[in-house]
Amino acid sequence: MAYSDKVVDHYEKPRNVGSFGTSKEVAARKDIGVGIVGAPECGDVMQLQIRVSDAGVIEDAKFKCFGCGSAIASSSLATEWIKGKKVDEALTIRNTQIVEELSLPPVKIHCSVLAEDSIRSAIEDWKRKSGAASATTTAAAPTEAAAH
Amino acid sequence: MQLTQQIYLDNAATTPCDPRVVEAMLPYFTEKFGNAGSRNHRFGWDAEDAIEIAREQAAAVIGANAKEVIFTSGSTESNNLAIKGAAEMYARAPKGQSGRGHIVTVAHEHKAVLDPVRRLMREGFDATFISPPTDGVITVDHIRQALRPDTILVSVMWANNELGTINEVPQIGRLCHEREIIFHTDATQWVGKMPTNVETDCIDLLSWSGHKIYGPKGVGGLYVRRRKPRVRLESLVDGGGQERGMRSGTQNVTGIVGFGKACEIGLAEMDKDRAHLQPLRDRLERELTSRLEVCQVNGHLTKRLPNISNISFGFVEGESLMMGVRDIACSSGSACTSASLEPSYVLKSLGIGDDMAHSSLRLSFGRWTTVADVDAAIGLIERAVNHLRSMSPLFDLHKEGVDLSKIVWQSH
Repeated sequence: MAYSDKVVDHYEKPRNVGSFGTSKEVAARKDIGVGIVGAPECGDVMQLQIRVSDAGVIEDAKFKCFGCGSAIASSSLATEWIKGKKVDEALTIRNTQIVEELSLPPVKIHCSVLAEDSIRSAIEDWKRKSGAASATTTAAAPTEAAAH
Repeated sequence: MQLTQQIYLDNAATTPCDPRVVEAMLPYFTEKFGNAGSRNHRFGWDAEDAIEIAREQAAAVIGANAKEVIFTSGSTESNNLAIKGAAEMYARAPKGQSGRGHIVTVAHEHKAVLDPVRRLMREGFDATFISPPTDGVITVDHIRQALRPDTILVSVMWANNELGTINEVPQIGRLCHEREIIFHTDATQWVGKMPTNVETDCIDLLSWSGHKIYGPKGVGGLYVRRRKPRVRLESLVDGGGQERGMRSGTQNVTGIVGFGKACEIGLAEMDKDRAHLQPLRDRLERELTSRLEVCQVNGHLTKRLPNISNISFGFVEGESLMMGVRDIACSSGSACTSASLEPSYVLKSLGIGDDMAHSSLRLSFGRWTTVADVDAAIGLIERAVNHLRSMSPLFDLHKEGVDLSKIVWQSH
């Protein structure tokens, strides 16, 4: 399996590895959303944690990944892309953009899908915990509209 | 593309040729290039003489008579000829019928044994594939329990290629002789490295290869017992009647010369090689298991060849582990050739979970492996495992004391 230079770079120097505390600690914090997708028996588990401001901006993101080099690179790249974005902007990130950026071969497309899913899952978790579901939907409406 | 020189720790896959082997082979490419079947001139006689010397050398390393060794293209062909050839010869019913006889083998045999047996099952034979115990060692009791009145053939490898574990071959051989059942052993990882005597070890058919014992690729041997009992085989390749009619085709003289030389060196230097190999393997295992937690050596710890180590590392994914140790040439427990990772069937057959099977490495040492190679490999593996664990959400959960088997995952 030949990896692209960008995948190797993310593997060697992953961006934003880590977490905002133990699983119990982050569960208690309303400003943090956690997305865990995949399963060990499938060979990929991605964990994405986001810290979101009251204004709905992702101020920080941390990832952990059990998976192949492409899965590690996809989740590392996802943290770079969502940091500083409003949650609804982050939701517009598509796996195909990750595939293109990292030059992933067809057998590794599922890694990019998992990364997209982890973003959605983390944002949904934050919305649920913060009770921001209705507020952000309203706030995000212009962005949604602009995207279409 | 490799920027740095890889450390070669895959000697169970293949070994470099010993320079003494290459030297012995060279004249047979250009000067003594004759066909051993040419009976009317010096070129043919020289080739035939060289083959008969090699046959003596090959026989000596397994304690056989030279007349009992036939040359093949390697262990895969030897296994095919032994298993299919014996089954067809000793079948209890003609072709096209069922109930032609029962074959006993083991689930963690090499594919070159399993697939010929599976083919025979489609051709009217029955077979039992014994499940190995967790330590991987097949005992005579496992075989005894599997035998039936219609068993015609037992095939059990001497040492396992992924684990290095050693099966109770002499005891199994004795049982087969008592029951008058033909006994074949795939001894590819064993011969040339460990003492072998087909008489006292009660073997009827034995396969081995040149390229696992510092000889050339594309050449191997099959021992076929000539007395008590005289074993006969239905040939797979018909033609000029070479190799006692069991393997037609002009002999690969250069390869056979190299194979013979490799056997001779293996026999002469066996003790020296073992004294070199085992400390290397022990050093690697001692260091890795002491530096890294959740790290297990697979297979029986003592009933094992001195040159193969199979180790699993918990909470890291197999393909990323291979990426992390890409400066080491070694084998992985998962074959990631396709989108779905298939963990090694050998490790699975021992009941090792998919997670630990995926994240396993087979490291195998050879005549020219150095302590410096092993120390560098230890450092690279330790660094890769720690790097991956620093990223692994599963390792965090393990550290928090969460039982991963109790988590319900959102599988995709």
